[in-house]
Amino acid sequence: MTVEVERYELVEDPRYRFAFDRRDFIKTLGGGLLVLLVTPRLEGQESGRARGSDDRLPVDVNAWLHIADTGAVTAFTGKVEVGQNIRTSLTQAVAEELHVPLESISLVMGDTSRVPFDMGTFGSRTTPTMNLQLRRAAAAARHALTTRAAERWQVTADGIDVVDGRVIHKASSRSAALGELLSGPPLVATVTDDVTLASPSAWRVAGRPIPKVEGRAFVTGTHEYTSDIRRPGMGHGRVIRPPTYGATIASVDSSAAEARPGVTVVRDGDFLGVVADTTEGAARAADLVNVTWTGGGSQSSKTLFDDLKSTAEPAGGQGRFHLGDVDTALASASRRFDASYRVAYIAHCPLEPRAAVAEWTGSDLAVWTGTQRPFGVKGELAEAFHLPPERVRVMMPDTGSGYGGKHTGEAAIEAARLARGARRPVSLVWTRHEELTWAYFRPAGVIDVRAAVDASGTITAWEFHNYNSGPSGIRSPYEIANQRIEFHGAKSPLRQGSYRGLAATANHFAREVHMDEMAAALGVDPLTFRRKHLRDERIAGVLDAATTTFRWDLRKRARGRGYGLACGTEKGGYVATCAEVLIDGRDVRVTRVAAAFECGAIVNPDGLKNQVEGAVVQGLGGALFEAIAFEGGRIVNGRFADYRVPRFLDVPAIDTVLVNRQDLPSAGAGETPIVGIAPAIANAIFDATGVRLRALPLVPEGLPVASSSASADKGTTPPAAPRRRP
Amino acid sequence: MTEVTQVERVDQVERVGQAGRACCALAPQARRRGYSGFMPAVVLTVNGTPRTVEVEPDTKLLWVLREALNLTGAKYGCGEGQCGACTVLVDGQAVRSCTTRASLIANRRIETIEGLAGKTLHPVQQAFLDQEALQCGYCTTGMVMAAVGLLRATPSPTDAEIAKALNHNLCRCGTYLRILAAVRQASLSARSGR
Repeated sequence: MTVEVERYELVEDPRYRFAFDRRDFIKTLGGGLLVLLVTPRLEGQESGRARGSDDRLPVDVNAWLHIADTGAVTAFTGKVEVGQNIRTSLTQAVAEELHVPLESISLVMGDTSRVPFDMGTFGSRTTPTMNLQLRRAAAAARHALTTRAAERWQVTADGIDVVDGRVIHKASSRSAALGELLSGPPLVATVTDDVTLASPSAWRVAGRPIPKVEGRAFVTGTHEYTSDIRRPGMGHGRVIRPPTYGATIASVDSSAAEARPGVTVVRDGDFLGVVADTTEGAARAADLVNVTWTGGGSQSSKTLFDDLKSTAEPAGGQGRFHLGDVDTALASASRRFDASYRVAYIAHCPLEPRAAVAEWTGSDLAVWTGTQRPFGVKGELAEAFHLPPERVRVMMPDTGSGYGGKHTGEAAIEAARLARGARRPVSLVWTRHEELTWAYFRPAGVIDVRAAVDASGTITAWEFHNYNSGPSGIRSPYEIANQRIEFHGAKSPLRQGSYRGLAATANHFAREVHMDEMAAALGVDPLTFRRKHLRDERIAGVLDAATTTFRWDLRKRARGRGYGLACGTEKGGYVATCAEVLIDGRDVRVTRVAAAFECGAIVNPDGLKNQVEGAVVQGLGGALFEAIAFEGGRIVNGRFADYRVPRFLDVPAIDTVLVNRQDLPSAGAGETPIVGIAPAIANAIFDATGVRLRALPLVPEGLPVASSSASADKGTTPPAAPRRRP
Repeated sequence: MTEVTQVERVDQVERVGQAGRACCALAPQARRRGYSGFMPAVVLTVNGTPRTVEVEPDTKLLWVLREALNLTGAKYGCGEGQCGACTVLVDGQAVRSCTTRASLIANRRIETIEGLAGKTLHPVQQAFLDQEALQCGYCTTGMVMAAVGLLRATPSPTDAEIAKALNHNLCRCGTYLRILAAVRQASLSARSGR
């Protein structure tokens, strides 16, 4: 029924994209100035996979901007707000180029009937693409305004500028509010992407720590998330799920539930759910439906990693990188380092569970839902209900986070199916248990690494195979003459999909722990060892920044204390992370972290810092204790009481260092800062204990006891003797 | 059996509330046969206003607030008292409304985020904005209420006391250090009389 999300960010272009009718927009928006940003093609690829379709129409409108004759500025974008704060950063972008106050700008985001098509909000693409596009549209709007002022005032345009929301001609002391100039027939400007933009060093609004726009609505509780939306006559839905994955309905007796007033039971094939007047009423009614299920899977996390290896496919093109002659280099090495790493499935656990409100008007369907892909969900709905796409509207209220987990439209489709059955609008909010069971997970994986070092301590061979977890961040930033890097798909026993940073977390974990292991075995400081193999000045830059702030050189050996570091790059962002751990018996606490991040010119330093801090904290969970456990085809820890996520008492002191490179284009920052924390902690635990942990999560039940720690270490390097700082 | 729609119920609640029946835990005349026999009407004092609502014996406060009274500031996050997104104050103490039976707190003073700000924001709300102590904001209302509860009992908490008191409120976006700073700021501003 749903369009299954594929393994990685996975998006296909729509089959057709039709030119749109400018008159429609004028009709909707009324008078004023409408600016259409037209580019021959979207920039680059949105995510990991190449987008191969050639039937794309040559012209796309990627963004538009409207200035009403009241002076109100509205920007329209298909990007959505899930806490990454792009409503603010995009507003800054418009204000910067249009020279108007932030308060005069509003953004319409993620409403498929009002915004231009957008693939979705993922892959850290908003800042490098949409931010730029809205800046261009705003710059073009300013140009159109100054041109019109020049005509009206009979002066040359180059003496006119927009200052704080007013169009001003200094020489003649004339000025006008934006709206005054826009009286009369609508003005339409079409711009291509060769508009001149303010350079970051001259930014006045962009580049500053502007507080979250509409922040007040969040602290007062007036912001309406999907689950807060109320429609006339609306009921509340509950889906009745099978006890195990893949089970199907043998029989249903819904008479007891249907005897309750206001209750509708909806069955469509193996889809079964109820609608009632209240959420609790729906839950009670669902309990009264007597279902017999048959069949179902027998997946077990006990055999997970063997299953992934045994079902692995030959390496494909994704992530593949071959250089030199790895086999010869490995065979002739003076020292070999081979090890296998593992990462568990983990859950996104957005605090707002998947939710949707669906309302049918005849055969028109309107759905409010928290999704990172409103247009993708629109397509899923059209397909599920055999509707022409123009009959479906998806609206995305600013949502209670996603972290890559809200790409698909399950809740939207379920709510719409219930609403059609109950003949009333339906609000469906997944329970936490559903969220931890029926959403897709971050892929689990196995990573096998073989490396060789010559007598001078230089890495000569690097062989790296990722099974199932993904190819993001798989390439090594280190200069190594002989490399074989491959990603192998495998048969995943659980449904899996995107997660903040994708597989870059797993790949950085394996790579950076392996680097640490080689450095330790060679008796070289891990920082020195990395620098020796790094040519990339941007990674070197963040490594310097993080280690300086952390005072890596001054770290003190003390009982139970250990220090680790990691670095890397992905999606145009560069990160280095240092961690300090304190071991007390089997208890592992991360006490201090320094994270340095560089993503070109910074658009909003406080928003960026918030993202880096948040990534470190979220990353702690996957590093230390988060893992989905399953047995007999069902999740066995599908509650917050059983699935531990980071809380206040888990949080270390965090020093965040932002490296601002105004000479470089801005990249996104929602994901990459997460990749350094897990290996930094693993390396710190080794530093403190000599125990080399190679599986994420590292310490779900505390530090392994001595006997099991030996077996946990499958590498060739024996635990190091007490180490001395170089 | 007459079916009472949500909208009608709320109307009735308003009327009963305005009629000054606040002191009655149960308003017998408002009883009607419901799903499990009686649907007793309970008077809840929410943000200073008595509201009469019909509840089943196990109806949780969260759903009364969100669906009967349309106070959607308290959020559903887990339904098991683990995440704190539903936190409200009852007699000044932070409670998990998702696990609190509405029928057991009749006549007690319930405060929700909707009643917190007057003409200006409450110092805790202002501090959350000043410290940008949120990302997606879904935990924020529960965090704010938990922090308000803490500061009433402990006006000058240490960082350790703040962390301990808020440890059962989850912020999946990971803004804990900012929340800590916000609670510190609110504590200071309250003491300096701001």
